Amino acid sequence: MNKIVTILDSMDYGPAPEEDGHARAWLKRHGGRFGQFVGGRFTKPGETTFEVRNPADGELLAEVAEADEKDVDAAVKSATSAFRSWSALTGTERARHLYAIARQVQKHARFLAVLETLDNGKPIRETRDIDVPLVARHFYHHAGWAELRDTAFPAHVPAGVCGQIIPWNFPLLMLAWKVAPALAAGCTVVLKSAEHTPLTALAFAEICAEAGLPAGVFNLVNGGGTTGALVAGHPGLAKLAFTGSTEVGRLLRRQTAGTGKKLSLELGGKSPFIVFDTADIDAAVEGVVDAIWFNQGEVCCAGSRAIVQEGIADRFHARLRARMETLRVGSPLDKSTDIGAVVAPVQIASIRARVEAGVAEGATLWQPSWANEDFATATAKGCFFPPSLFTGVSPASALAQEEIFGPVLVSMTFRTPGEAITLANNSRYGLAASIWSQNLDVAFDAARKVKAGVVWINSTNLFDAAVGFGGYKESGFGREGGREGMLEYLVPAWEKKTRALPTAKALAPPVPVYGDAGPDATSALLDRTVKLYVGGRQVRPDSGYSYPVVDPKGRLITEAGWGNRKDIRNAVEAARKADAWSDMTGHARAQVLWFLAENLELRSAEFAARIDRMTGVGAKQAAREVAASVDRIVHYAAWADKYDGRVRAPQSRMLALALPEPFEVIGISCPDEAPLLGFVSLVAPAIAMGNRVVVTPSQHHPLAACDLYQVLDTSDVPDGVVNIVTGDRDQLASVMAKHDDIAACWYVGSVEGSAAVERESAGNLKATWVNHGKARDWYDPAQGQGEAFLFHATRIKSIWTPFGV
Amino acid sequence: MNARTAEPTGASATGLVKIEQPHARVEGVPFQADWFDAVDVNLSAAERRTATLGARRSVKKEWQAAWLVKAIQCIDLTTLAGDDTPGRVERLCAKARHPLRDDLVEALGLTGRRLTTGAVCVYPTMVRTAVKALEGTGIPVASVATGFPAGLTPFAQRLEEIRYAVGEGAQEIDIVITRAHALTGDWQALYDEISLMREACGDAHMKAILATGELKTLTNVYRASMVAMMAGSDFIKTSTGMEGVNATLPVSLVMVRAIRDFLERTGQRVGFKPAGGIRAAKDALAWLILMKEELGRDWLEPDMFRFGASALLSDIERQLEHFVTGRYSSTDRHGMA
Repeated sequence: MNKIVTILDSMDYGPAPEEDGHARAWLKRHGGRFGQFVGGRFTKPGETTFEVRNPADGELLAEVAEADEKDVDAAVKSATSAFRSWSALTGTERARHLYAIARQVQKHARFLAVLETLDNGKPIRETRDIDVPLVARHFYHHAGWAELRDTAFPAHVPAGVCGQIIPWNFPLLMLAWKVAPALAAGCTVVLKSAEHTPLTALAFAEICAEAGLPAGVFNLVNGGGTTGALVAGHPGLAKLAFTGSTEVGRLLRRQTAGTGKKLSLELGGKSPFIVFDTADIDAAVEGVVDAIWFNQGEVCCAGSRAIVQEGIADRFHARLRARMETLRVGSPLDKSTDIGAVVAPVQIASIRARVEAGVAEGATLWQPSWANEDFATATAKGCFFPPSLFTGVSPASALAQEEIFGPVLVSMTFRTPGEAITLANNSRYGLAASIWSQNLDVAFDAARKVKAGVVWINSTNLFDAAVGFGGYKESGFGREGGREGMLEYLVPAWEKKTRALPTAKALAPPVPVYGDAGPDATSALLDRTVKLYVGGRQVRPDSGYSYPVVDPKGRLITEAGWGNRKDIRNAVEAARKADAWSDMTGHARAQVLWFLAENLELRSAEFAARIDRMTGVGAKQAAREVAASVDRIVHYAAWADKYDGRVRAPQSRMLALALPEPFEVIGISCPDEAPLLGFVSLVAPAIAMGNRVVVTPSQHHPLAACDLYQVLDTSDVPDGVVNIVTGDRDQLASVMAKHDDIAACWYVGSVEGSAAVERESAGNLKATWVNHGKARDWYDPAQGQGEAFLFHATRIKSIWTPFGV
Repeated sequence: MNARTAEPTGASATGLVKIEQPHARVEGVPFQADWFDAVDVNLSAAERRTATLGARRSVKKEWQAAWLVKAIQCIDLTTLAGDDTPGRVERLCAKARHPLRDDLVEALGLTGRRLTTGAVCVYPTMVRTAVKALEGTGIPVASVATGFPAGLTPFAQRLEEIRYAVGEGAQEIDIVITRAHALTGDWQALYDEISLMREACGDAHMKAILATGELKTLTNVYRASMVAMMAGSDFIKTSTGMEGVNATLPVSLVMVRAIRDFLERTGQRVGFKPAGGIRAAKDALAWLILMKEELGRDWLEPDMFRFGASALLSDIERQLEHFVTGRYSSTDRHGMA
């Protein structure tokens, strides 16, 4: 029968292959072999290479040299030498370079899209319509930040040479997310591409050269985990940015601990996709397609965990199954393909294993009727997996807890909005959430309560260069995109000049003092027992030990509680319970802070005397410290209702809110110096932003903080908002860093203590802010107060809110 | 599409190129507000779906040619203008019988198969002319009625207009609804009105024009669609072609989803007709893709799907000539309607 007649009968789509000749010609021009890109040119590929294959058919596309120590050294050296001139350019000059890159990306848009599809296996529709346009957008946006850097971020300087490690799921887009802000800030870059997908990064290197980017500003090394470890461990880097698995993120956190490198981690997720009974169900079903069947489900922020209101669950699942029937899995280069190839055989094997385990666990697996043996045979040459739906999944199962990173949705049901949030937050991850309801109250309530860095209301997987992206909890820290993303590549100018703190003398052991200068002989007053302050009550330390607090001459002033891990545990529990503080308005918190300042000022003389007695700074300086502390509290009382976040309009009829949210519980280790001002400078911004804190005050001079117990009580600071555990700072800091119910740790102390906090924080990947043994002038407002503290006291939640009738 | 005018079975055996199929009438159901009361359509999501739909599916080469032939078969070739004359209508009918140049038909391998548009659509007073001009072709004549396009003439007159058009030989009646009923939420009144119109149609199939450009919100579009189907419309149709905004993909998406919901609830299959502003072959493909993706293969036949269009055919002819010759075509090379 005639072909047209046959088609008129079947009304099939037929093949619609994207032409790949130009991309192949480019590979051929390079002889199918690539080296590193260092100092503006490609190195000759050496002996050790790895194969790059097309996951759709296993075809060998190229061989790429694996960067060894020498290569990484050369790249860092090149970036270091380029940093001097690059960072010295004016913002406008750097902006022109970024603009040129954006233009080149657009000019080569289809080439890059085809190359990405060949390399990664994602459908051409996505590379063409999503990845590459977002890449260009990212460079345009950051060309603007380059221009505005000094205006928008006064008194900031570029962090320095940056190491950046990107994943294989969005190779070029993740490159753009890393490279654009770094270059805009004035940093230079050593980027490591992903082993499965190095090709578009190599093409990008050429584009940089073509666009006239100065040699050494962008350097590219290729390889797997070994190369990644070399980059991460290189002492010449000031900053490391990583996107990838939580497992590797943890390793990098440990590896970089104590090195002084700034670190941002964008890690895994198991993001909830919440469908309320007030949702537009068809819209939500289509949302699932964009959530978990986008990029084969290999998306860190994929809505992989459907949480559906019980009353509509059957209807929702029925429609979802019907929709799954019309999804097309096949050649990534075909324009009618919805789901392409998974990146590599090893990933397919991992998906299969998890799916099989899920079936074994008793969950119900459903795949479209066409996912039969014919499908398996037809796709046998490549890494293809059909869209899959698990229902009857219990929150406790591995399916619900572990990231599958494939086209597999797990679904569970809820009864009430409260239960939906509980289920949504029942995860170690917190990257993204998608919320479906036509009811504004329901949607916003969920958006505020879900613990995730990105929330999409009635939408999913939307990205924009102006909107920060990054996680809560074990999904990492730091943001990419927007103003908040720029701050990851900048440091306050004073930090570059600061000196090291003197090494503090060791803390005396918690035993009675003997043979020292002895207690003050005139002390005939009733002994004052200094206890810990937990949940608004003064409590004895669990250890039953106290340690001597001595004056500068070594004379005993009194003894302070020797706090231990159980005291920290109790303090965290108390802080957890004080959640009302986080929900209060900024105005209400401001009132408490004003009152606190008022009450502290009333007792200025007493506090000054105490400080002088402990530190011997002299009456005048002690009085100055108290006055500065009062001012500091006032400063944050002022900020409490003004650190508002931002509103962006990344699309028409779309507002993206960038809301600074508290971490909830922050562990704070205070500096030894300036025992009151240091304490107040850290605690006030933290609580002003709605955090509850567990604080170790100055270990040698804890009494200034301990004297605050009564002031806190009389100032209406609710119980559990400030919890104070005295004792050995580094021991207690380590306990806090290891506590998984603390979301962030601030530490001001020694080099070793800083390293330990960073290292131990890897457990739940809490955000850390440490001083690496460096001094900070607490009296200088540029160093001791301001937005930097508020920035560290909050994490940005981006809420995408489309609207329209 | 009307059983009375269905092709003898022999024709469908030769023709995978079908003109029409016997199609069970939509009987409708009693008015039930809870079938649409809770529905609230999200505009952004509907737009996102339709914006990506055309990018998710692509038909090329022979497939594109075949799909465009299918589009021709689904066109209600239309003239609804104040200056319509019998001569103009006859010309339109001639084009409906012979929509594509013979050499192109041959090159496509369709010689000997019937290739006509789905119907011809005219004002009531032109029905008789059209019926005569199409005699023996099996091409049904559709007539607008009920005070088209505004639908604000006295109700008795609107019903009378339907009976008149049917009496003149129209096999399909495109009615317009009282927008005021939808805009004020008087769905029962809308249901009652359409039910009476359906009754007046007798054996003629009824298409309900919702004038979606005047209903404005997608939620209104969904509700009006559901009410029109409950009242027994055989087709629901977007627009008269006279509103400020005519057929759009988001509106169509909502209407075809309503058709699917109605099918799920009643087992009754309702057809869909986007009308107004569909001029390019590419647009036609986008709508066919929408139908296939959201409703399935069955809605790619003229008994379930029509385009209300006049200029569309001319662009399709040019695209098909390009397919056959590899040369970009010009309008003058194809006989006009």
